[in-house]
Amino acid sequence: MVINTNALRDAVVSIVGERGFKAIERSVLVFIFALAVWALIWQLDLTVNGLLVGSVYALGAVGLSLVYGNLHLPNIAHGDYMTLGAFVALFAFGTLVPEVWSQNSVGPFTFSYTLFIALPIGVAFVAVFAVVVDQLVYRTMRRRGALPGVMALASLGVAIALRGFIQYIWGTEVEHFPRVSKKFFIWTVDLFHLQNVQVRVPPDMIFVAAAAIVLTLATYLFLNMTKWGKAMRAAADNEDLARVTGIDVERTNLLTWVIGGGMAAAAGILFATGQGQLLTISGWKLLIPLFAAVVAGGIGNPYGAFAGAIFVGVVGEVSTAWLEPSYKPAVFFAAIIVLLLVRPNGLFGQSRS
Amino acid sequence: MVEFEGIILHIGSFLVIAGIYAIINVGLNVHYGHTGLFNIGIAAFFALGAYTASILVMPPPNPDLYQRYEWGGNLAFTLGSERIGFDLWFPLVLIAAAAVCAAVAYLVGSVTIRLRGDYLAITTLGLGETVRLVFTNEGWLADGTRGLNGIPRVMDGLVDPHWYDFVFLPLVLIVLVIVYFVSQRLAASPWGRVILAIRENEDTVEMVGKNAFQFKLQAFAYGAALMGIGGALYAFAKHSITPQAFEPFFATFIIWSMLILGGSGNHRGAILGAFVLWAVISSSQFLPGFLGDPNLRLAVIGLLIVVVLLVRPAGLIPETRTRT
Repeated sequence: MVINTNALRDAVVSIVGERGFKAIERSVLVFIFALAVWALIWQLDLTVNGLLVGSVYALGAVGLSLVYGNLHLPNIAHGDYMTLGAFVALFAFGTLVPEVWSQNSVGPFTFSYTLFIALPIGVAFVAVFAVVVDQLVYRTMRRRGALPGVMALASLGVAIALRGFIQYIWGTEVEHFPRVSKKFFIWTVDLFHLQNVQVRVPPDMIFVAAAAIVLTLATYLFLNMTKWGKAMRAAADNEDLARVTGIDVERTNLLTWVIGGGMAAAAGILFATGQGQLLTISGWKLLIPLFAAVVAGGIGNPYGAFAGAIFVGVVGEVSTAWLEPSYKPAVFFAAIIVLLLVRPNGLFGQSRS
Repeated sequence: MVEFEGIILHIGSFLVIAGIYAIINVGLNVHYGHTGLFNIGIAAFFALGAYTASILVMPPPNPDLYQRYEWGGNLAFTLGSERIGFDLWFPLVLIAAAAVCAAVAYLVGSVTIRLRGDYLAITTLGLGETVRLVFTNEGWLADGTRGLNGIPRVMDGLVDPHWYDFVFLPLVLIVLVIVYFVSQRLAASPWGRVILAIRENEDTVEMVGKNAFQFKLQAFAYGAALMGIGGALYAFAKHSITPQAFEPFFATFIIWSMLILGGSGNHRGAILGAFVLWAVISSSQFLPGFLGDPNLRLAVIGLLIVVVLLVRPAGLIPETRTRT
């Protein structure tokens, strides 16, 4: 473990020597870790909420990380793909499904079975949309060998254009997702006979968390167990080498977009379901925690993105015990900078040389 | 019918804001175009410059106006034309804004600049958000979401406030010209050539014995100082600032689009890009019929960015590469 701030390191080493520095480094890390564990237990309600918020981030972050890693494109439009998916689902609720079907909800959740009709429609639409945009814009740029920064700007253009069209079609008002109100799950936990903590969980969040775990696992299995998944990873690792071994790189790129776009839509729809409402900037507003999660987990790594999202979610929520909730984004970044100083390639990233 | 006077006024305010964006864009070009630092936290330095300048010149808070901030430097009075005959505070405040931004960039950079490109980008984005959140939440500093209003103007009272943009415009252009020539000179100096070499191949630079880290840090601080100057001018041009003005969309991404449109890697392209894109954005509100719809305008701007990147990937003025 190497801390990267050399100036500070050299100063400390000159006073206490190399072995002294190692000892200090280790004890500081142990101290921080112990402090974190104490905070997590003491603020159990916030920790649980953080896990659930983190799982919402995870839904978006897994797709973002996949596209980022495989196509070297930090897709700024990812948030707007999520919004697009949610609006398409809303359209499906409004037109394709009779109103009465939305009256009965599934189990303890607030949504009805119609979600299972609207979800695939939204996912399919955005997957196709992502592929079309790739063919029109990113493919040309890839062929030209554009730098990731330039690609990111193109995706910014796509994001702005997409949001403009969504607002032109659906307007900028708040849209409500169909829902039936339900009771929260409430547990009271006795912490070492010192304090009673009430943990409140909205039922939908459990569904969202389960969906996040299943989708992450499915992506992981797909990438590691199937032929196409392995081809995708090979193309991401070394495109030329992959091409030489007979992998159709253009096709693995399209597959990346189908999965990335589809996951974005699923994330957008489930997020809107959990919130009960939808704004045209809902997805855009999630971009910062999503990128934070992807970077924390190591770019291009689906389970890293999941872990990063949980990390970001928990750190953000637990910090609200001491800080204004509106400072959350600042907390994400402070946490990420510390994380990157200790692990320069994120939690699960590998150094690219 | 739009009156003639309205058009002239619009052109005046357009040129002032475009000139300010051009100054910031030169700063971004130092970061990205020359050094290769992927800074998507322009908003941080933009906001810091604007707030530093405003807080220094604001008079002490007036409870009658419900101003809640704790401290105003009141420099506009103590070093202004009423006391000493001319507005000495103006250049001093610009320098202070630049100094604060350079100092913050140096501190943050000394921790983060070693990180690989993508990771540096995310930390700068975080810096931008953090700065904005601090000014949003800390009411004692600069009145929170209400922001600072009635920021004193330089050379106030020369003309009717209606026409003030035309007093301010020459000042912006003078600053722009100075910034351009200094940056151009720096880029041609030995220091500038090391910077360009770092962009091309950092390892080679290290191998010939240059401390690439220090050079990158200096370039980061210098570019941030230019952004701070732009921010300070922006505060005086707008006469009031709020944290919402520094959200990433307008304070970071639009500026990035300007750089890519103009041609990253040369300062003339950076300046041209700022004027051209701002002309497109600010004139699109006059489009007739359904094209004037604000949401469709947004869509058109987005499509424009994509089309430019596809048709002219090197920008309007491509960088002239020197042979080695």
